[in-house]
Amino acid sequence: MNRRDFLRTSSVVVVSFAFDGVMPETAAPQTTNPGKPIDPREVDSFLAIHADGAVTIYTSKVDVGTGLNIAMAQMVAEELGIPVDRISVVEGDTALTPDQGGTGGSTGITRGGVELRQAAATARQALLKLGVNADMTNVGAIAGGKRLDLKVDPKAPLKNPSSYTVVGKPVLRPEVRKKCTGTTVFVQDFSVAGMLHGRVIRPPSIGAKLISVDEASIRSIPDARIVRIQNFLGIVANDEWAAVRAAKSLKTTWSESQTLPGSDMLDRHVRASAVERDETLVNRGDPAAALAVTAKQLSATYWWPFQSHASLGPSCATVDFRPEGTTIWSASQGPHGLRANFARVFGIAEDKLRVIFLDGSGSYGSNGNDDAAADALLLSRAVGKPVRVQWMREDEHGWDPKGPPQLLEIRGGLDAENRIAAWDTQMWLPGNVQGSRPLLAADDAGIPQPHGRGAGQISQNGDPPYAAPNVRVVVHWLKDTPLRLSNLRAPGKIANVFAVESFTDELAAAAAIDPVEFRLRGLTDPRAVDVIKRATEMIGWEARPSPNSRPQQGNLRVGRGMAYVRYKQMENYVAMAMDVAVDRSTGKVNVRRITCAHDCGLVINPDGLRNQIEGCILQTLGRTLHEETTFDRSRVTSVDWKSYPILSFPEVPTVEVALIDRPMLPPMGAGEAATAPVAAALANAVFDATGMRLRRVPLKL
Amino acid sequence: MPKYTFRVNGRAVSADSWDPAQPLLYVLRNSLGLHAVKFGCGLGQCGACTVIIDGRAARSCSTPVSQVAGRSVTTLEGLGTPEKPDKLQAAFITEQAAQCGYCTNGMIMSAKALLTRTPNPTSEQVKQGLGGNLCRCGTYTRILSAVLRAGKA
Repeated sequence: MNRRDFLRTSSVVVVSFAFDGVMPETAAPQTTNPGKPIDPREVDSFLAIHADGAVTIYTSKVDVGTGLNIAMAQMVAEELGIPVDRISVVEGDTALTPDQGGTGGSTGITRGGVELRQAAATARQALLKLGVNADMTNVGAIAGGKRLDLKVDPKAPLKNPSSYTVVGKPVLRPEVRKKCTGTTVFVQDFSVAGMLHGRVIRPPSIGAKLISVDEASIRSIPDARIVRIQNFLGIVANDEWAAVRAAKSLKTTWSESQTLPGSDMLDRHVRASAVERDETLVNRGDPAAALAVTAKQLSATYWWPFQSHASLGPSCATVDFRPEGTTIWSASQGPHGLRANFARVFGIAEDKLRVIFLDGSGSYGSNGNDDAAADALLLSRAVGKPVRVQWMREDEHGWDPKGPPQLLEIRGGLDAENRIAAWDTQMWLPGNVQGSRPLLAADDAGIPQPHGRGAGQISQNGDPPYAAPNVRVVVHWLKDTPLRLSNLRAPGKIANVFAVESFTDELAAAAAIDPVEFRLRGLTDPRAVDVIKRATEMIGWEARPSPNSRPQQGNLRVGRGMAYVRYKQMENYVAMAMDVAVDRSTGKVNVRRITCAHDCGLVINPDGLRNQIEGCILQTLGRTLHEETTFDRSRVTSVDWKSYPILSFPEVPTVEVALIDRPMLPPMGAGEAATAPVAAALANAVFDATGMRLRRVPLKL
Repeated sequence: MPKYTFRVNGRAVSADSWDPAQPLLYVLRNSLGLHAVKFGCGLGQCGACTVIIDGRAARSCSTPVSQVAGRSVTTLEGLGTPEKPDKLQAAFITEQAAQCGYCTNGMIMSAKALLTRTPNPTSEQVKQGLGGNLCRCGTYTRILSAVLRAGKA
């Protein structure tokens, strides 16, 4: 499944890199297309058949620990009719893989896998015509090493899911064996001959200007060399520890400024921020008029802070800058996007720039990977050698682009039958700015670049998924926001569902109706009903209104809560229930058990899917209980695991997942959807246990 | 340049270090080519860099190489290979107890030390025993199952 296997088996492409080892110093990097087609309209761009009957698949969608590779291999194996263990994957190499877009928004399967499947179906038809037998045993002899030279046929017939033998099976991810034996080459582990280690000294505060550098302060450190380009300050050294020590020891003076509002009262700052424009996302009926005449009215404000991707391994990249062609090894989720942006910003022709994906620490969107690559590029260009940069912990926590702060105010009213009569959501969200996100290194070095801003589709799921005749959802897009942003897993949806599903629970409590019953009364979609019933049955849901009238259990107060989402209003159906115990004397929330029912259409690999869902749940539990990027007037102050804690092992509850497979429906991605109900289910359970409604994350009693 | 002699995975090694304070992590990765051990924080907070020194789990990011002289270090590479994983690694593979895999080294090495002390631990003992190891992907429940499985094997 790795590139070495690929090199061994490929008869189509000759590549001069020894990916797992050291590149010969004399070898020129191959940045231009080495002859393999990459046009996404061509079957040969996606598939190469080898003489031994093995198949390599090519995709720009990268597996960042999600199990995407094996799922794609299963989809291709199924459609082509060859065993899944004969398939290897080449991912995220701008010279070899067709551009299917970056990896995000849960599109790995829905676009990446589906396009590969169609290419495989097209290939199968052609192979059968060439005389390959139906079970493909002679595919290598007939088609090995040859191009098929045909366009992907969008109408090529697909197998009937009822005859699937590979899709739907819990095939093991081959890379897990390598990860558990220390044999995976992460981008952090990759090296090329002549490579130097680099570290960057980031400004002590955002926007600080470098006044002076005391070169003598690191004279005792062997071979450490300073690179300064305006306010960009880096160290390169043969020895990694020398680079680390030098970066730490170098004495510098900076002019600092106080440009940030501070995170203490950030919700008030956001509420008072200048609005660029209002956008009405939903406008049905007349909520204002309906609210005025409803039997019961409620309003509430919910807050979600800036959060970090908080990758366990700090971002890393190796760049070999050469005038004849530059190579970037990166764990970026968007190798093609990275290439296009770097070409523009650093003035390199795209065909002289190759980006090669390597496994990295989980990134959950765009962490610091692109910035680390920009750091390495500037250093490599300055010293004329390949440079590897790995960020330090404080760089990752301090400087990764963040998930956005979100403020939501919701008003709602119940009619005389305790049904939702009116609903009004107002959101205050950072507005988009056209263009790419600025690279730290380029800004520091005074290189002109776009200063775009975006954090993904952060305004989705702001409306209730339940029957309501009068609904309005308005976004107040803000002109500015204090920190750089990027996509962070399930962008915006976690906070929006936290608000919407907490408020739904508040309405149910106001109506003194069981929260499950209240929701089911407003749902007709059987897939929605199924997941809610399943998740709550699994936890042994006790039907009664919240809060719990008898929560006492020793010193603890216990309760249960649930939440539901139709992800992005049109994708997965997910329901989640939780049992919690709250210690009122310490305020500690102990999550005991979580059940989740998940319907993402056709299931490709049930074990990989479960792994993703479990991860979605546990990661978001940490985001809800602990995580907040804090900053003062000058700098981010949550720069390690003490000041920015995530979920720890002792806090881990029992997690039970039920998959609802819909083989006749299209497959949906699952890297995000199960994150969305977590915060609301937890806050609803805490309310049930304590009667206290927590509307701010991280949840504090 | 000062030379430090110790054992790694049963073999005697010697490594040069211009700085006696250089953390073992960098020596293992860069001088000895043992890449399983990972830099996570350099602060001893996350556990990604865990190795076993004289039978006890230790944070290689904050253990100076000079303190390792004469001692015995085990890294993930010392347990088993992809073809022949040891029982703990095999349990992690069976449970598919990894996503990105960056924490995996530390989880397995901490669990190894735990199982040496407590051969058949309870869930609570595993959770506490691995309490200093962070997993950002949220694979904790699978890691728990893997360690329990290895304990029973």
